[in-house]
Amino acid sequence: MERLAAEIVGIKMKNPVMVASGTFGYGEEAANFIDLDKLGAIITKTITLKPREGNPPPRIVETAAGMLNSIGLQNKGVKDFIEKRLPFLSRFKTPIIANIAGETIEEYVELAKILNQEPLVKGIELNISCPNVKKGGMQFGVDADCAGEVVRSTKKASSLPVIAKLSPNVTDITLIAKAVEAAGADAISLINTLLGMSIDIERAQSRLGTMTGGLSGPAIKPIAVRMVWQVAQVVKIPIIGCGGIMHGEDAIEFFMAGASAVQVGTANFVDTQVPLRLAEEILTYLDQHQIDHYKKLIGKVK
Amino acid sequence: MPIQEKCRILDHQKVGPKHFKLTLASKYISTHAQPGQFVNVKCSDSYDPLLRRPLSLHRIAREHESFELLYEIIGKGTKLLSAYSVGEELDVLGPLGKGFSIDQNKKVAMLVGGGMGIAPLLSIANNLKTKALYVFIGSKTSTAVLCESDFKQITDQVLISTDDGSYGKKGLVSDILLNFIENDLGALEFGQATIYACGPRAMLQAIADISFQKQIDCQVSMEQQMACGIGTCLGCVIKTNAGYQKVCDEGPVFDAREILWKD
Repeated sequence: MERLAAEIVGIKMKNPVMVASGTFGYGEEAANFIDLDKLGAIITKTITLKPREGNPPPRIVETAAGMLNSIGLQNKGVKDFIEKRLPFLSRFKTPIIANIAGETIEEYVELAKILNQEPLVKGIELNISCPNVKKGGMQFGVDADCAGEVVRSTKKASSLPVIAKLSPNVTDITLIAKAVEAAGADAISLINTLLGMSIDIERAQSRLGTMTGGLSGPAIKPIAVRMVWQVAQVVKIPIIGCGGIMHGEDAIEFFMAGASAVQVGTANFVDTQVPLRLAEEILTYLDQHQIDHYKKLIGKVK
Repeated sequence: MPIQEKCRILDHQKVGPKHFKLTLASKYISTHAQPGQFVNVKCSDSYDPLLRRPLSLHRIAREHESFELLYEIIGKGTKLLSAYSVGEELDVLGPLGKGFSIDQNKKVAMLVGGGMGIAPLLSIANNLKTKALYVFIGSKTSTAVLCESDFKQITDQVLISTDDGSYGKKGLVSDILLNFIENDLGALEFGQATIYACGPRAMLQAIADISFQKQIDCQVSMEQQMACGIGTCLGCVIKTNAGYQKVCDEGPVFDAREILWKD
């Protein structure tokens, strides 16, 4: 498995397969099905300063080769994360990356300061891309100046590496990517979900409690690969690719587009074994193509 | 603890116009499952439909190391499921969720199923020790009446109703239940009775209202659009007096008093 060894933003990982925020909780449920120590890294469900109730149901709609969600960052807040969730995660060696969101820049800063005190937390992923909340979330991620400001402030508040998770709901992803890089981001993960909608034509109403939601799953993979490739042309910091990855071949596409690592998201809802199988399937590809390390694949497509 | 495993299909029968009974082999699930729990079944290897289908456990056959699911073809997933043959395998997550809490000390049990809501009630009937077991099967029409003979093997007191009156009594199953409680069940028994109900939300709300009015304990099995089924996605919440609760692992069975019915 040495051939999959990765180091992203200074965090050593057994392999470049992480689990995406919001699709894995804090690992407790998934631990019934897989050995968490086999993952590259665990990115937590988004943590906010105060508990959040989340959005009114229905929160889920299945769509063609994908799904819409509108969870609304339901979580019990950073205090609960530290007191109740981290102790469980401390049983494992896999690096923990805390995904955070704020309604204001001050909240991101406060969260970064608090998490900076937790030795188990190896990095911070900034959720500046959630499409399902009224304040904060995506509003920071669709404006280059705002996105840069969140990154700059969080970097100042903590010594942890900071990964900016970008929204695909923008006209030019490269502008945002360049802005967060210039602001000091250590890496970029993309993409978060695409804003979407589904209508029940019998009731003439949206199938989601909040009208719109975030589209994820295999349906969005070509968009994600395109955006990773575009961003790879303009930034030097590592990119973590995410969006519709179900199989090893999907991950390979992301590597070739320029991603240094990948995240498994919606696939976790479909099959609990995907993150582990993905690592094996990447290795099989390396064998078949006589490639000694997965890193050789990164950015192969110029 | 739930597991993910490939379960071999032991039997797959058509039991109604769009209704199927599917028997799957699993020592683990049949040993650990409780009435009211469910499994999340992968219906195809393609991406459309993408998600699993949550199906409640109809019969838990510990002695045969198998369990049964009763389902209706509603959309793509269940349509694909219906094409599977005996001997093939299905990828199953289970047993999932919090089932019914069966109080054997209660003298009277009323099982109320509306439509496919009858599916999880058979395994309660199989577990109950009381003789005062009353089963209410409500359907839209005669062809959709399910499990009548299965319940009649356990109790003589099976009341069938259809919305169109084509079989059994005409009317909503909640009205039939209310009529029974008011006319046939002694008021002294109310504190000694439990209602176990599953079906569409409007029906469950009507039954919950009856239970509040008559002060009878009532457990309801709720439904919601679901993705993971194991508690991580937070997609399947419903509003309760303790805030949003997940149908997949804090339910699907709730005390009727927990649900905020008007939301």
